[in-house]
Amino acid sequence: MDGKVRMMSMRDSYSSALIELGRKNHNVIVCDADLALSTKTKRFGMQFPERFFDFGIAEANMMSAAAGMASCGKIVFASSFAAFATGRCYDQIRQSIAYPRLNVKIVATHAGISVGGDGASHQMIEDMAIMRAIPNMTVIAPADGNEAEAVIKAVAEFDGPCYVRMGRADYPVVFDNLDGFRIGKAVTLREGNGITLVSTGVMLSETIKAAEILSCEGIDARVLHVHTLKPIDSDAISKASKETGAIVTVEEHSIIGGLGSAVAEVTSEEAPCRITRVGIRDCFGESGDGNELMKKYGLDADNIVAAAKGLLGAK
Amino acid sequence: MQDHSEELLEDLLNKALKIRRHIVNMIYAAGSGHPGGSLSIADVMTALYFHELRHDPKKPKWDERDRVVLSKGHCAPALYATLAENGYFPVDDLKNLRQMGHYLQGHPCMRKVPGVDMSTGSLGQGLSVAVGMAIAGRLDMQDYRVFAILGDGECDEGQVWEAAMAANHFGLGNLVAIVDRNGLQIDGPTEEIMSQEPMPKRWRAFGWHVIEIDGHDMNEILRAFHEADHVNDHPVVIIANTIKGKGVSFMEGTLSFHGSPPSKEQYEKAVGEFDRAEEKLRLLGV
Repeated sequence: MDGKVRMMSMRDSYSSALIELGRKNHNVIVCDADLALSTKTKRFGMQFPERFFDFGIAEANMMSAAAGMASCGKIVFASSFAAFATGRCYDQIRQSIAYPRLNVKIVATHAGISVGGDGASHQMIEDMAIMRAIPNMTVIAPADGNEAEAVIKAVAEFDGPCYVRMGRADYPVVFDNLDGFRIGKAVTLREGNGITLVSTGVMLSETIKAAEILSCEGIDARVLHVHTLKPIDSDAISKASKETGAIVTVEEHSIIGGLGSAVAEVTSEEAPCRITRVGIRDCFGESGDGNELMKKYGLDADNIVAAAKGLLGAK
Repeated sequence: MQDHSEELLEDLLNKALKIRRHIVNMIYAAGSGHPGGSLSIADVMTALYFHELRHDPKKPKWDERDRVVLSKGHCAPALYATLAENGYFPVDDLKNLRQMGHYLQGHPCMRKVPGVDMSTGSLGQGLSVAVGMAIAGRLDMQDYRVFAILGDGECDEGQVWEAAMAANHFGLGNLVAIVDRNGLQIDGPTEEIMSQEPMPKRWRAFGWHVIEIDGHDMNEILRAFHEADHVNDHPVVIIANTIKGKGVSFMEGTLSFHGSPPSKEQYEKAVGEFDRAEEKLRLLGV
């Protein structure tokens, strides 16, 4: 990277995409649970007050009501913080949304420890594990504001329940052109045959940075961005396993049940190779500056590089 | 308010008896299921589907149909029997309840069973779903109504009251909740396990129009629906005071048939009781 990193808010992209969708399709409805200023769905609410519903601090009710609206032909976006959008209403999502395969898009913001000061109660690190385990659920974690916009438009077109995971902070922009974005299709950002760094969500920029560092040290790292955790692009992962023989997974999520697990599931059945998982190591977070926390918990380029080297040394 | 015609009442009573027969047959054939709550809601369900609802069994997905959410999903046998008798699917299929490879799931599945508007089973969610449907109907300027059928034990779930709050907040005059107040939940009488009283006062405090009835008196059920029809500025709750297991003497008011099928001997006894009830209705009718 050239040092001139452009930062962008995923939440701004989310609300802009919602407004655009709302203009095109009167069946688009947005629900929130008293966090509309934080998730930024309120911007949609200002434009289309008749199609915006704030359910108050009652996420469970919101999710089931979203299912009811979807059963009547609506495309419903339901938002809250990741901790509450998944943890507080797992059963509603399972029973009312996923089992009947209804067209509800759960868009969660404030995922991961980069939330910062709010601390562990608000730093959701197991949401992808929970959502991934539910049948019929599609799980997507965009990398930056531009990809977030592409994801929101894609899930609006897609018929069925989706979980979209976003962070609170501004994140470095990686993508400029998203014409080729397809749900379930992983993106190769850098070719290489020495090792594959597989990332999801906002870890992509640090992963690219790590690949650049490795390259300076003579290690040719492939970077594969798996924005869709489910259905996962098993072809791209198997190919990476066969061609590079080693994989480091990188996610701002617990190493249990998220990207690391998903990649290990694919490789162990289709193309076994050594894997190291970079992520939150089965512990809760804490308050602090978001960027500092990311470093402390090993979610930075230096730690990805160390993980890659460790893995290659062990091969 | 006008009383309904004798013919209509008689017809509905006969239909309700038929529904009760199906319920007991289905659960006996399946070897598992929930007879108690299915029998307690049978009269309300009959009045709803054979008289009150705007629906067309030939077009189960008709946009303008009234919606029904059986929030107490374990009483699926009552719903399936009513749907089958309305022509949504063959009555003969009822014997396949809970059988592998057949579509009549133990709890309602909207993707498998024609006429089921929402999949349910995990208690406490149906009223919220109904709130969403009522909002959607209003947005689409449709005049369909949404009925949610809840158990009284189900009202232990906090989400029921989240939904009650929201229905009033959003002014959903197109929403009717029916609480099957049979007084028993799995672990015992509701007032011992988690008291529900004062139930009417609670709903009123949440801004609902409350109608209390004897849920086995067909005339009262019809009058309650009629009254609910004319309340358009508030959500309406019909508290139907019922008897768990109603219609089968040894199931009435007992806990043991909440979620257990009858034995062969009990089944035959129930069939005998239905036969006698049918005979009685026939004599009254002529």
